[in-house]
Amino acid sequence: VIYLIQQAINAVQLGSIYALIALGYSMVYGVLTMINFAHGDIFMVGAFFCLLVASFISLPFAVMLIIVMVATGLLGAFIERVAYRPLRQAPRVSAVITALGCGLVIENTTLSLSPYAKPMPTLFRSESFHFFGVTVSTLQILIIGVAVVLMAGLDFLIRKTSYGIAMRAISFDAATVPLMGVPVNRVISLTFFIGAGLGGAAGMLYGLAYPVISASMGILVGWKAFVAAVIGGIGSIRGAVLGGFLLGAVEVMSVAFLPSTYRDLISYSLLLVILIFKPYGLLGSAPNQKV
Amino acid sequence: LTRLRKFLTSASRWRWALPALVVASFVFAFLSENYPLINTYTQFVLVTVGINIILSTSLNLVNGYMGEFSVGHAGFMSLGAYASAVLTTKWLPDIPWAFFPSVLFGGMVAALIGFLLALLSFKTRGDYLAIITLAFLMIVKSAFENIPYVGGPRGLLGIDKQTTLPWTLFWVVVTLWMIRNLVYSKFGRAVAAIREDEIAANAMGVRTREAKILAFVVSSFSGGVAGALFAHQIQFINPSSFDILKSTEILVMVYLGGIGSLAGSILGAVIFTFTAQALQPLGTWRMVVMPLILVLLMLFRPRGIMGLRELTWFLPERELSKGQLV
Repeated sequence: VIYLIQQAINAVQLGSIYALIALGYSMVYGVLTMINFAHGDIFMVGAFFCLLVASFISLPFAVMLIIVMVATGLLGAFIERVAYRPLRQAPRVSAVITALGCGLVIENTTLSLSPYAKPMPTLFRSESFHFFGVTVSTLQILIIGVAVVLMAGLDFLIRKTSYGIAMRAISFDAATVPLMGVPVNRVISLTFFIGAGLGGAAGMLYGLAYPVISASMGILVGWKAFVAAVIGGIGSIRGAVLGGFLLGAVEVMSVAFLPSTYRDLISYSLLLVILIFKPYGLLGSAPNQKV
Repeated sequence: LTRLRKFLTSASRWRWALPALVVASFVFAFLSENYPLINTYTQFVLVTVGINIILSTSLNLVNGYMGEFSVGHAGFMSLGAYASAVLTTKWLPDIPWAFFPSVLFGGMVAALIGFLLALLSFKTRGDYLAIITLAFLMIVKSAFENIPYVGGPRGLLGIDKQTTLPWTLFWVVVTLWMIRNLVYSKFGRAVAAIREDEIAANAMGVRTREAKILAFVVSSFSGGVAGALFAHQIQFINPSSFDILKSTEILVMVYLGGIGSLAGSILGAVIFTFTAQALQPLGTWRMVVMPLILVLLMLFRPRGIMGLRELTWFLPERELSKGQLV
């Protein structure tokens, strides 16, 4: 039982990181109905950027988090401006291919600059607490705490602010909203900024939790988060969170009971099975098809 | 210049040009097998061009003619590669005639899985189909990593070098012939109808399901064949040689050459292979350049060089009256 509880804590930790990244996928899909395949690599850049800053100056955790989020957010908004905006009227497949290409450009640039996996510095002293044989570290509490705060903040932003209303309006009807005087481009840029910022934060947290980072992280972890977003129903914010925690649980449990090489097999098979039975994810809704 | 254009116009009407080209290439391929006409490196590059032509034309069927977005072509390639390599190294070793059946077997295994993927594509399309093909690619890759019989993550070693220039040419011709005939048949029309508007096509009584199955099966069969040829060219395969980057390379070829065009696919594969060879000294930066080309293509010429146009040599007789040139 203690082993199970321990694994459950690990699952929540991994799940909250997945959920943070999955939010970025889902937000972008919500406003543009486009899969931002470059998002996983922005997550990876978040971890590397944290490493880069930490190698120059040592900063407190909160300041570092904000710096990383702003930097990755700007990167996300930049990619949108340069690569996706010109294609907004083009067939959607073109945008997806572009996103895939952008992701690979980021990944391989990082790979060329830093060919080997790098150890992540510890930003603060982590202590471990023991409750009835279950070990919880401050780091784990911090990761889960930061993730929950960010998700709650995002939920507030989307439900209560005018930006959130604009964002939901665009995802509801992208053709009419500009006629109502909503600055669509600014809202979309902001969506990319926030989504990428969350991804960058997730990258930093991931780097702290599993302190070896490499360029292939974007594919290994980022795409897993994408699976989480799809399982939850891409475009749905709460679905992304649900999918993230669900995938975290499945992965941790599969590693706990099976050889670890089966992990990817199981999570992608889960994706396939869910898509067969619920083609638009657990909380997603089927789009209207018109001729 | 007008004379050149006149010459090209008349050249595009030569119905004997394509068969003649095929025969000439076969003669050249057999000669180069027996006489040292070209060095080993050139031979290697030419075989790679052939494999890439098979890959790009077959992916073009699904991504170009049918307008879906599949990123799983490297998965079919790995299925074909593993299936054929298991056959030649483990089940039928040291049998000289085993190569042709094993390539065929590789193609058939890939086609079978392609059939299953086609069934999945009934429910979803567009982005979600892209996700399914992505999941398929990842599942195939990690499945091979978990099968010790085929070497797990280390891969399969000791495959005989059996992919010769004539064999490659044979499969290139078979693939082109198959896909060309498919595209200009009733099913080809249905495939194009799916690209333009699936719901409308359905409403008009087009059998979209059959067309989808056929397109996926043919495409994955050829992908498997290309994988089998690849395995017997490189003589070593491991799961990570068929990852998302490999799929991206094939996508670059298709979208560079032009969607919905056989001549475009050939052109894309040729340009891509030679560029890739020329960029060899760049090392890992090569992997930055490739996707960057893809992004720039999408931004500035989303339909590629040939984009839905076709070389008249590939068109059947009855299409010619429509006045399509080059």
